[in-house]
Amino acid sequence: MADLLQLLSYGPTGWGDEILSGASLTVRLALATLPVGLLLGFLLALARRSRARFLRGFSEVFSTVFRGIPELLMIFIIYFGGQKLLQFIVSRFSDSPVEVNAFVAGMIALGLIHAAYSGEVFTAAFNAIPSGQWEGGAAIGLRKFQVMRLIIFPQLVRLALPALANLWLVLIKDTAYVSAIALNDLLRQTSVAVGTTKEPFFFYAVACLLYLLMSIVSSVGISAIERWSERSQRGRATVRVSAEAAI
Amino acid sequence: MIPDLLVRHGARLLHGLLITLELVAISGVIGALLAIPLTIGRLSKNRFVSALAFGYVYFFRGTPLLAQLFLVYYGVGEFAGQYAPQLKAMGLWVYLRDAFYYAVLAFALNTAAYQAEIFRGAISSVARGQWEAALSLGLHRLPLLWKVIAPQAAIVALRPLGNELILLIKASAIASIVTVLDLMGETRLAFSRSYDLSIYFYAAILYLVMVEVIRRLWNAMDRRLTRHLRRESRPTPTEAAGLVPVIE
Amino acid sequence: MRILTGLATATVLAAFAVGPVMAKDWTTVRIAMDATYPPFESLDASSQIVGFDKDIADALCAQMKVTCEFTNQAWDGIIPGLLANKYDAILSSMSITEERKQQIDFTAKYYNTPPAIAVPSDSPLKGVTAEDLKGITLGAQTATTHSNYAQAHFPDAELKIYPSPDEYKLDLSNGRLDAAIDDVVVLDEWTKSDAGKCCKILGVLPVDPVINGAGAGVGIRKEDTDLKAAFDKAIEAIRADGTYKKINDKYFSFDAYGS
Repeated sequence: MADLLQLLSYGPTGWGDEILSGASLTVRLALATLPVGLLLGFLLALARRSRARFLRGFSEVFSTVFRGIPELLMIFIIYFGGQKLLQFIVSRFSDSPVEVNAFVAGMIALGLIHAAYSGEVFTAAFNAIPSGQWEGGAAIGLRKFQVMRLIIFPQLVRLALPALANLWLVLIKDTAYVSAIALNDLLRQTSVAVGTTKEPFFFYAVACLLYLLMSIVSSVGISAIERWSERSQRGRATVRVSAEAAI
Repeated sequence: MIPDLLVRHGARLLHGLLITLELVAISGVIGALLAIPLTIGRLSKNRFVSALAFGYVYFFRGTPLLAQLFLVYYGVGEFAGQYAPQLKAMGLWVYLRDAFYYAVLAFALNTAAYQAEIFRGAISSVARGQWEAALSLGLHRLPLLWKVIAPQAAIVALRPLGNELILLIKASAIASIVTVLDLMGETRLAFSRSYDLSIYFYAAILYLVMVEVIRRLWNAMDRRLTRHLRRESRPTPTEAAGLVPVIE
Repeated sequence: MRILTGLATATVLAAFAVGPVMAKDWTTVRIAMDATYPPFESLDASSQIVGFDKDIADALCAQMKVTCEFTNQAWDGIIPGLLANKYDAILSSMSITEERKQQIDFTAKYYNTPPAIAVPSDSPLKGVTAEDLKGITLGAQTATTHSNYAQAHFPDAELKIYPSPDEYKLDLSNGRLDAAIDDVVVLDEWTKSDAGKCCKILGVLPVDPVINGAGAGVGIRKEDTDLKAAFDKAIEAIRADGTYKKINDKYFSFDAYGS
């Protein structure tokens, strides 16, 4: 056991520093992806409510495709194909080659997948808000954008939050898929350590515990945010959009 | 006109598809069987038992499946390797050396945790009065569960179970990383020979078709299970929402 | 809604960190290696790429008077990455084969060593012919000449394909594999190390010129003929001035350049 712990030490003989740097990349990737996924997801939900049939159709198809294809396959397609597509677009404007690094490629791939899921959550939350809220806002003379910002959005956030929190936990786990491309995240660094030390069980168990730690810390943070968002609802029976409700 | 790429790799892709289906079906069923004791554990009043079941569920839902697969394939494989001669003598080595069975084990352990949560949620959703009424009629625990609670819970559990199956199909693609030649494995192999991206698109279409078939199958099952709730042509609440894979 | 669509497009484009890359004047050359292939390329415990290929690359870059940047890239994405302009050259023990030449171009070889078969020390296997290896489980790295060799010459062996040599080495040492196929130098280095104590080299395989090609070269995009010419000249130069021999002798007791 002492030898095993020795393997986790810092410095040139131990793998502690490599594994921690991998863990930090995992966290950074998840944090960088979150706003991309949420923003695109919100836009998808807006498109779903749009009067333009083209936008509604686009949102439906996007959602079906990105939730129906394995994450691993999606990441390969975006990593290998996304660059070609970008090259094609840019080549029409200039001759200089462009570069998408593995981090950005991973971020885009995960961001698109999570946009599809959070789009469903936002759509369900929109549907849970009674149309009277829109009408009431219009009746007191607010413009459409103001109704959205002042009346709808705050309720939307409260309704969607539990399901979005769940998606964040999924996002942390999904970062592991980028280890299959070229990113030195927690799982890949662990595999490098296993390759050298031949201690697979120990190192993969350590990696699992680190992921678990991230989940636990997130859960604590999520409960705090949920308490904050529910503060207006205290003492009332609350209606939430859970992940199940979105089915 | 069939593209040249499909002529060369099509048969292998279909074989991979078959392996994917086997992988998902076997691990899904084993996972459901494992989920039953887990659900009982989660609902148990014995604090130790429920904590144990909670710990299991938390671990498998809180860590990436890919990490679990590595832990099982290389970690458990390491121990199995040490006892290879004994295992060979018992005839178990054939299974313990094959990546397919490790993938089945990892997926079954993982989906058991998710399915247990679905079962637990469904059972808890049945109104307390149903239990009390059945008890007051003098029903014993087992027939009570089977005749009164299970049919009502099944309606609630059906769609989440469909989602879990869809998620399992998608997740099974990672088996390719530990040498299983499933649909994703065959696709990656074909890509490594041709460097033609369209092979990934063919695979994507096959996965989408699988997911769509499950979705339709589940919609049909849902209509059947909820036929007593339907009035005239109004859709049931779950039907109105439509089945989509939602991550839980 | 049009504003919304525009906003979405802008977000997507902004997320792509678009920036021009200095490339065509070749003051900087970006080189990819898959650092899982000791003694040619691997990571040391401080995550630096080390090995024969790295030393050769440094020597070539010095000869060409360019700055080199190194990327560690997983093997099955290494050619797509070059085509997608993620880097300018692959210097990672890549054999020059006809199959790959349809996608990319190669310099002349900078080393050439044959494939071999490694087995557990207590293996009952006697030889390396197709007859000897009938029915065994054979491991190889994905997208390599070695996995192609196994498919072509050992059709009756069950082939298992791994993302990198690290994984087949694990499975050879825990007994899941009966044998593994790879470059003789790589297997030799491993079986002589602590980690490879489990195993031995069963035999060296005859080279199949169609599959194994003409040794390992530097992979370059087809349009970068000037870069290919510069690398070719540099390889000749380090062969002639003794730099190659110095690096060779640091790693091997024979001439890895081959005949």
